[in-house]
Amino acid sequence: MPGAIYAEGLVKTFGDVRALDGVDLDVPEGTVLGLLGPNGAGKTTAVRCLTTLLRPDSGSAVVAGIDVLKHPDAVRRSIGLSGQFAAVDEYLTGRENLQMVGQLYQMKAKAAKARADELLAQFDLADAADRPTKTYSGGMRRRLDLAAALVVSPPVMFMDEPTTGLDPRNRQLLWEVIKRLVSGGTTLLLTTQYLEEADHLAHDIAVVDHGHVIAKGTSDQLKARTGGERVEVVVHERDDIQPASEVLRGFGKGDTTVEDHMRKLTVPVTGGAKLLAEVIRELDTRGIEIDDIGLRRPTLDDVFLSLTGHLAEVGNEENDKDKKEAAK
Amino acid sequence: MSAVTDAVRVAPATNPFSQSVRDSMVVAKRNLIRMSRIPEMIIYGLIQPIMFVVLFTYVFGGSMQIGNSTSAADYKNFLMAGIFAQTVTFATASSGAGIADDMHKGLIDRFRSLPMARGAVLTGRTFADSVQTALTLVVLAVVALLVGWRVGSDGDTNAGRVLGAFGLLLLLGYAFTWIGALIGMSVRTPEAATSSGLIWLFPVTFISNAFVDTSHMTPWLRHIAEWNPFSATVQACRVLFANPGQSPSDAWPMQHPVWASLIYSVLIIIVFRTLAVRKYRSATA
Repeated sequence: MPGAIYAEGLVKTFGDVRALDGVDLDVPEGTVLGLLGPNGAGKTTAVRCLTTLLRPDSGSAVVAGIDVLKHPDAVRRSIGLSGQFAAVDEYLTGRENLQMVGQLYQMKAKAAKARADELLAQFDLADAADRPTKTYSGGMRRRLDLAAALVVSPPVMFMDEPTTGLDPRNRQLLWEVIKRLVSGGTTLLLTTQYLEEADHLAHDIAVVDHGHVIAKGTSDQLKARTGGERVEVVVHERDDIQPASEVLRGFGKGDTTVEDHMRKLTVPVTGGAKLLAEVIRELDTRGIEIDDIGLRRPTLDDVFLSLTGHLAEVGNEENDKDKKEAAK
Repeated sequence: MSAVTDAVRVAPATNPFSQSVRDSMVVAKRNLIRMSRIPEMIIYGLIQPIMFVVLFTYVFGGSMQIGNSTSAADYKNFLMAGIFAQTVTFATASSGAGIADDMHKGLIDRFRSLPMARGAVLTGRTFADSVQTALTLVVLAVVALLVGWRVGSDGDTNAGRVLGAFGLLLLLGYAFTWIGALIGMSVRTPEAATSSGLIWLFPVTFISNAFVDTSHMTPWLRHIAEWNPFSATVQACRVLFANPGQSPSDAWPMQHPVWASLIYSVLIIIVFRTLAVRKYRSATA
């Protein structure tokens, strides 16, 4: 059985830019897929195609068991979308915004009002419920936007870069909300350019670059592809670099890299924490004083680098391309 | 799948027309709340027509010839139908700017992802704009009365005919907000919508019978003015208000101004609503 979100061979071109170049996705019910990639990779275009906002040039998509191209209106009844901007009316109060969205989901006025109150409490916005959203902070607006996407508790949710532009505290808050949502059984597709975020929230990750899915898997699987864990040592004295390197050679499964100016040595290992303890003992025995030592697992940054040959760019050029794409 | 049963809670409306009306009303309410929280928009919208009333009445009033009369009082009574009509068409700009703003802020995307009637976002906006237009007309009529405008100054009329004239003005304004809706859906920014919503209104409202007697225009310009949809409503208002300066021209819209005004307005609504809603369906912010 195909998942709650299923796409096959999605292609969308804007002029001569192939924003989506044959994207396949399969998100099992009740799980979270993180669509990870730099600006302009095609993440937003994929979300727009799946949420009926944009018609793909070719390919097919099924959301909540409904064919997106054949029955877009039925799909709209089963999804919630929280886009890249907090799409709330700034002159309406939080309550009015949610009520309006509820009514446009075809709820009766009274039911929409009750649901708005429920969501305002749940999203910690009850105190600000009757203020125009113009007066809300960025974090509050994003929460309200998310609440608007949840008015009918849709079985499938799409969130396009939900935490972009938020400060760490508000990001944490939103993460908590998203986790609660998913534990309730909602299927979620989330785009992000924060590798940490995908790692934190998603069961599966699809890495997108230039309109292609270039890698798929769990966070651990992707990390494994980048190579295993490493021991990182920072020695106290520059003179200790040489002897420390000899110690590491004994434990390592490959060449030791040395960053002289930081007095940092890195060596690939297998054996985890047990091995780390042995390394520490050996360094101690030889009287090598260390400032820091740790077992480092590859981050998704490393994954991206090894997959694409470049770091996840958040450069201006890419940004413009994304805007251009969005504008079309 | 439990997820699907959940979705059934939001049952599709049985009748697409009643859903469309209901959704449009929800959106209209939203826009009216907005307008009530930005009163300065309504106030600025009033300053310009009031200024025109005062300037045209006192600056041009004494030197204009209407029919065979050069009296300032006749010009005043001639002028108001023109100013009223011009004012209602200016709703185009605010309608366009509002819709462009919704596009810009991602609200149109939100609406398009909801299971609502496709035309409702634009219809709701145009309804709300018409409410504002009606308010503006009321204030403007009071100002016009204060500077000396009188219905029945050139013949007989009655309350029904005067109300009919205001009805035609509202319909014209409503038709023009659909032009604004199309402009709003077509431009990138609210600023662009405001300027492109206004610029073309100047030739449309000035190459007409609104401010001068068309019989003094060169023939080719006079033809344009007499067939201008905008002129039909102005002429209809003068007839219904029984104000001076009604064009004696043989042009069909001048001979049958009420019908011409109705037909033009309905045509504009049909054409521009179709185009604007089509644009909405494929819009990407």
